[in-house]
Amino acid sequence: MAIIGPVQQKNMGPPHSRIDGRAKVTGAAPYASDFAVGRPAYAYFVTSSIARGRITGFDMAAAGQVPGLLDILTYETMRGAVKKPTFFAGGGYAGTTIRPLDGPEIFHDGQIVAVVLADSYESAREAAYKVKVTCQAEQPAATFGSAGATTEDAADAKGHEDPAVGDIAAGLAAASATVDADYATPTQHHNPIELFTTTCAWTGDKLTVYEPSQIVHGLKHGVAEQLGIPPDHVRIVSPFVGGAFGSKASVTPRTALAAIAARCLGRPVKLVLTREQGFSVATYRAETRHHLRLGADADGKFTALSHEAWEVTSRPDSYLVAGTDTTARLYACPNVFTKVHLVHVDRNTPGFMRSPPEVPYLFPLECAIDEVAEKLGLDPIELRRRNDTMKEPIGGLPYTSRSLMECFDQAAESFGWARRSAAPASMRDGDWLIGWGCASTCYPTALAPATARVILWKDGRVKVETAAHDLGTGAYTALAQVAAERLGVPVGQVTIALGDSDLPPSPVAGGSITTASVSSVIAKACDAIRAKLGVNDSALIDPGIRVAGFERLGVALVQEYAEFAPHGAKPEGIDKLYAGLSTLKGGAMLEDRIQYAFGAEFVEVRIHARTREIRVPRVHGAFAAGRIVNPKTAHSQLMGGLIWGVSSALHEATEMDLGTARYINDNFADYLVPVNADIEDVSVILVPERDTQVNPLGIKGLGELGNVGTNAAVANAVYHATGRRIRELPIRLEKLLA
Amino acid sequence: MRPFIFERATSPESAIAAFHADRATSFLAGGTTLLDLMKLDVVRPERVIDINALGANEIEISEDRLRLGASVRMADAEAQEELRRRVPMLTQSLALAASTQLRHMATLAGNVLQRTRCPYFRDVSWSACNKRLPGSGCAAMAGFNRQHAVLGASDACIATYPSDFAQALIALDATVDVVGRRGRRQLPFAKLHVPPGRTPEVETTLAPDELILGFEMPIEPWMSRSLYLKIRDRDSYEFALASAAVALEVDGGAVRQARIALGGVAAVPWRAREAEQALIGRVLDEASCQLAADIAFAKAQPREHNAYKPLLGRQTVARALLQAAAMEA
Repeated sequence: MAIIGPVQQKNMGPPHSRIDGRAKVTGAAPYASDFAVGRPAYAYFVTSSIARGRITGFDMAAAGQVPGLLDILTYETMRGAVKKPTFFAGGGYAGTTIRPLDGPEIFHDGQIVAVVLADSYESAREAAYKVKVTCQAEQPAATFGSAGATTEDAADAKGHEDPAVGDIAAGLAAASATVDADYATPTQHHNPIELFTTTCAWTGDKLTVYEPSQIVHGLKHGVAEQLGIPPDHVRIVSPFVGGAFGSKASVTPRTALAAIAARCLGRPVKLVLTREQGFSVATYRAETRHHLRLGADADGKFTALSHEAWEVTSRPDSYLVAGTDTTARLYACPNVFTKVHLVHVDRNTPGFMRSPPEVPYLFPLECAIDEVAEKLGLDPIELRRRNDTMKEPIGGLPYTSRSLMECFDQAAESFGWARRSAAPASMRDGDWLIGWGCASTCYPTALAPATARVILWKDGRVKVETAAHDLGTGAYTALAQVAAERLGVPVGQVTIALGDSDLPPSPVAGGSITTASVSSVIAKACDAIRAKLGVNDSALIDPGIRVAGFERLGVALVQEYAEFAPHGAKPEGIDKLYAGLSTLKGGAMLEDRIQYAFGAEFVEVRIHARTREIRVPRVHGAFAAGRIVNPKTAHSQLMGGLIWGVSSALHEATEMDLGTARYINDNFADYLVPVNADIEDVSVILVPERDTQVNPLGIKGLGELGNVGTNAAVANAVYHATGRRIRELPIRLEKLLA
Repeated sequence: MRPFIFERATSPESAIAAFHADRATSFLAGGTTLLDLMKLDVVRPERVIDINALGANEIEISEDRLRLGASVRMADAEAQEELRRRVPMLTQSLALAASTQLRHMATLAGNVLQRTRCPYFRDVSWSACNKRLPGSGCAAMAGFNRQHAVLGASDACIATYPSDFAQALIALDATVDVVGRRGRRQLPFAKLHVPPGRTPEVETTLAPDELILGFEMPIEPWMSRSLYLKIRDRDSYEFALASAAVALEVDGGAVRQARIALGGVAAVPWRAREAEQALIGRVLDEASCQLAADIAFAKAQPREHNAYKPLLGRQTVARALLQAAAMEA
């Protein structure tokens, strides 16, 4: 694997290695299930093997004989125990409003139907295997087109506004080249390496929950809501998270069950879901369908864009991502029409998964652009250049900064795009067909209110406390760098505490907002410390000046708590933050401007002329995201994103048995992700960019920028290699045979 | 996992003696299949006999014969330089299987006895699986059957036989040494597995108390022109969608004998004998290779999601034959 190392360029901080790296690779970093609690009992779930129907009975005879069994909880004893939760995507906490063990009704495959409690994990599992559940099954609807699926307009269901402008029919009529095609993206699961674990321990009426979380204050309030206890009685501990990607952002039903079990037993309870159970107890990326029409005039100017989409969701919950908010505004186009529908089926509720709206929605658009370019005889980069804009077309709002074409230019140069022969199936190496494709990538720059406490000691040590989260992204390091730079001390003198709901609240580690939002509040607290010490920006670098400041004040430490609210935030943002709710502001949702990060992704595929297996020897991406706090962790995030993008394009799909609406490949043997052998040259280019508006530090988030354009770049490369447009992901070899 | 009695055998005799027909008993070698299936509750042995200490881990290579002990680890067989040179098909079939870690644990006999990857078999929450619960039906038939067999399957079971190494063994006319209560016997590897028919729960001709001791096969000079081609969704650590083990004896440009075995597409280790016959006396070119490939899949019975397999299989066979033809003998 050839990796272009991250270097410090203009408007970038130093490429600092992870301050928690050593603790992680030596096992010293405690993940949630690593915390020792006294004499725990172990919980194991029994889950439903039908997707729709009712439980008609339990046979616990065999399970009851298992040595070490403590109890088995079912709806028969638990009805009403878990209170009705508020829905995360509707401004609440929970990833699903389906209450666990609340009745005999089955809403989806893999629904929790019993909690087995035992003295050991093995006993709990054995007893769970011996629980017999009888059900009366009804015919479930699995997906689009299934009998019983119901469709509703997202505008009705969620109050979603479909962005539109101009006259789409006139725009299409004026086009010299048009594409009118249907696209599909599959169900995908996050599959973080760290499983969904929960350990609950009560001390009196106070509950401590050790659980990997992307939003500890949200989990605190969500669990309190489900248990009907005051939020002050709940503490969440989650210092390290082994990957999340959205799956650990909303409260799952499991936490309340573990808490109730611990209360019933009078001892702590440990729960580790299996990989399989994670597929249905947590959320997933919804399957989508798209009908896209794109027209351009002879000069390559877009005249019309129509993007209609359908998203799968569960029966009770209207989870919606509606990426048309982005696709409608990405390029200059006078006539835009969009429409989004929700399709309710008998599945668990989907949820946020890395770049939730952008991944499924940019795929059709960026493929269609490739197709229009070919029809016009234009290079696909040139077509994008002709439609590049500093003003989004729906409301005419200005982009705060936009380096899309700089990214294309740098990535194209690195990739060697100029050597591409434009005709499909025209590049070949022996038996291997070669294809080169590219696509834009983008991600909204949002921020949310955040709080932090910073302490500076006279000797130059710094402590930062904020309930932000490091999901493996490098947040510990980037945030420490911000404090170190602001206070003029080496990074090694900064200790940083994250992932604990006893700390001042920070927003969800989602929407790529952590670095920008939390850096902003840390910088604010640092500035307050400097003001107290009466020194300007650079002066603190001199220890003598710092010490003099402390002596003047006659104190050993200076502590400052700060609150930050981003541009466009409502006054109640901080209160909501304390209630565990993150109010994201930015992207296309501002009244006066639009703010996005951009990039360009280039992919080479090699496809065997006979057997059609697809390999990806090269992926090059160039990205601009305002100020880069740490080019090294940023580089890793983007590289991981590109790899995930390849995975999404070629491998990842949660397969269903359509007759029963059940997941088939709910394990790591059958849910494919790339292995090392599949990933060769991944080159990440950081394009310097300065944005003076997005926030005082000029930071745009980039955690979700890397994997947005890759699906289309791969599909476009496959077309270039074979002359075949594959509009349904993932692209597997059978779609290229015959 | 359910509790079980664990015993260690130090010789084939003690392993067999430890076997009791009245209790569901499993022999444990590398454990890479058995432990998975026990954790998944798919197999529920009451007694597990560890056979890792009973020997049978010799590799003997002579002028014209090869013997591989049953307990030889895949990684150890794969690492034999001489074998790589003389019978590349054999070592390639091992090297392309699973992951390095698994190959260090898994034994050769365990490999050929590994159970199918059919998701309806490996997940006990599916009630219809004739292999797991005889007579319960086959959920894969109308379900998601992208990976399922198109050759040798039956109306009762369309599960694919998963091993790569077995395709090399069947192609090389290997024999299997077996020992059991009634003593030792030897059988052709091709007779070890049985097609599912109406009893897919019966996968081999081994008696429950019988153990494989080793594999033996002739090695001939022309077998250096052999290879194992494996087509799969990703480049490593994945089962075959289609694979072909091919060996060619070419004399003056014409095929004197050919061996073709197919993986990823059949219910049992699969030798394409009619396709082999069709090549004899022919020059290996696009037309003859395609002909052999067509014959190999003439009786294929695809289902909804594996409809691509006959075509992929034919392309795999043709590609493997052409690649072998281009090899230095």
